[in-house]
Amino acid sequence: MPETEVKATISKSTGLPRKRFYRARAHSNPLSDSHFPVPISPSQFDYSLHYPQIFTSTDQVDGSRKVQFADIGCGFGGLLISLSTLFPETLMIGMELRDKVTEYVKERILSLRVTNPGQYQNVSVVRTNSMKYIPNYFEKAQLTKMFFLFPDPHFKEKNHRRRVISPFLLDEYAYVLKPALTEKELEADPVVKLLSSATEEGQKVARNGGQTFQAVFRRIVPSDQTS
Amino acid sequence: MEEAEVEVESNRDNVEVAPALIAVHPDQTSVAVAVGPDLRVFDLLSGSAASLVDECGAPFHKDSIRAIRYGPRGKLFVSAGDDKTVKIWSTESWRCVCTVSSEKRVSAVAISEDGCHVCFADKFGVVWVVDVPGSDGHVALGDRKPTPLLSHYCSIIPSLEFSPDGRFIVSADRDFKIRVTNFPKKPLNGAHEIQSFCLAHTEFVSCLAFVCSPECPQGLLVSGSGDSTVRLWDISSGVLLDTCVVAAKAGLLESNGEAEEHSHAVTDLCTTLNGSLIAVAIQSLQGIVLLSCDVSAQTLSVSKVVSILGEAFVPTSLGFCPHEGKLWMVTGVSSLPSCNYPSLARVRVISGIDVEQEPVVVGDDKIPGREKLLETLQGSASVDESAFLAAAEAVKTAMCNLLIKKQYPSDNRESRKKTRNDRKLKN
Repeated sequence: MPETEVKATISKSTGLPRKRFYRARAHSNPLSDSHFPVPISPSQFDYSLHYPQIFTSTDQVDGSRKVQFADIGCGFGGLLISLSTLFPETLMIGMELRDKVTEYVKERILSLRVTNPGQYQNVSVVRTNSMKYIPNYFEKAQLTKMFFLFPDPHFKEKNHRRRVISPFLLDEYAYVLKPALTEKELEADPVVKLLSSATEEGQKVARNGGQTFQAVFRRIVPSDQTS
Repeated sequence: MEEAEVEVESNRDNVEVAPALIAVHPDQTSVAVAVGPDLRVFDLLSGSAASLVDECGAPFHKDSIRAIRYGPRGKLFVSAGDDKTVKIWSTESWRCVCTVSSEKRVSAVAISEDGCHVCFADKFGVVWVVDVPGSDGHVALGDRKPTPLLSHYCSIIPSLEFSPDGRFIVSADRDFKIRVTNFPKKPLNGAHEIQSFCLAHTEFVSCLAFVCSPECPQGLLVSGSGDSTVRLWDISSGVLLDTCVVAAKAGLLESNGEAEEHSHAVTDLCTTLNGSLIAVAIQSLQGIVLLSCDVSAQTLSVSKVVSILGEAFVPTSLGFCPHEGKLWMVTGVSSLPSCNYPSLARVRVISGIDVEQEPVVVGDDKIPGREKLLETLQGSASVDESAFLAAAEAVKTAMCNLLIKKQYPSDNRESRKKTRNDRKLKN
């Protein structure tokens, strides 16, 4: 039976989506008022949609399992895919502003779930503007790790407001992050090795002989914390 | 070039109008009304208009005032707006003691409980703080530079409030969110500890107020929104306690199902009398809705709907005087383009805001200050009523344009992208 598809966006051999059909510009405007659905509050976040094998119906979300890792600006999903098998019991989500790229990651996860039964059920992606809507997805101190690979420096002063790491946004990231306990945990963490090699961007930099710089920060407990 | 204001329409032919605002001194010694760039104050003790003296920075406001407020102790008064300045006045001498310049237009102001800090929010979502030492207003402070306190990313903040115990500062934005942040001991270093987010509104949050009572000294937060609801919150946890669909409950929604979109936004809220009653102003409602808040049960319910009969009066701003139990209301707008009047304002008062009494709309002759007050605050003792319906419409449109996200139709998306550099055809 001949294939009537003009463009096979999913490769027949691997089942994975082909990047060339999901190409997008590197930048999408975080300041614009896009109209994509955003949960009104973290309790409205649909776990059964993102992790169907774990939460088989919307009624079953009892609140005991929540997303713990967030990859902000996950791009084509390289880090998420590596993290998924490294932390199979942890729920994780990627957030990406560009819709084509988000579609690519969705297709990638779906096909990986098919070709690897039982695996990749703990990872998902959502198209959203994380600079505006992080509090809509995550409750206070819900996340144990947040990944920013890699923040665009936006050197020009007029673009400083587009920086994903800024003193104002750090307040929000601190809100959703659990205070970290010890420094020793950081050294032993297997994630740190992934930071330079797991993402497509990191691999491209390595191919071109460039360097990747790591920075790891932890959320501290405020000294004058009231109740 | 304000790139942040992405909701600029290409065919905006109507001038941005600003609603009239009213504020009442906590002891009802004076009442202030702001219409467009004019700030009008009537001193009730002397029974005459207060003359404002401004030798501080650029005198008076050059563009529409968007927020006015008395400090909780009544010593200070703040006005701020589209001219990107915040002016702090002493309420005793009505001199401007301090002018603060903002980078962007200002949309909300708040004064801390101890009167030592003034916070204001700009249209890009940044809340700034300035310290006001010698907060009794006697010391002229000249110009002061504000420092950033916190930010709602790229979102207009129509309302800013301090909690009654001064521990928190609450900011509400156009993206339906309310953020409760711990107000630190040294606010000039920024407020970085977010206590909670109060999330449930499905449209912009336009107004905030605190209900406090002896049984709940830390206060419960009440918020009004473009989704026609008023909601009650516990700010330490961000939990929604109750929701009151005011437009429906007040019988405003027409049964023909053709209700105009966004026509019943809550425009202003005012807590009264130890907070057990809350006055709510809604777009298209000629009057106010009184809600009662049961603090122990943590519920809201509609108590009464007070209609203003005899004239088209849709309040744009409310102010309450606790000592006298009077609710002050103003309606009006700056510079209606098609109208002869440079600006319109009409002040009315409702007395008897009490659970036991019946609210009564006070006639012009019985208003405190009488005709002199009306003349000062309104600009004239009597105003042509036909202009007010047009004013209400203009305010509604302006609020929609400002706070509601534009829906861009997908059919002409390609033509809108024509100016983009990577889309320009290379010939």
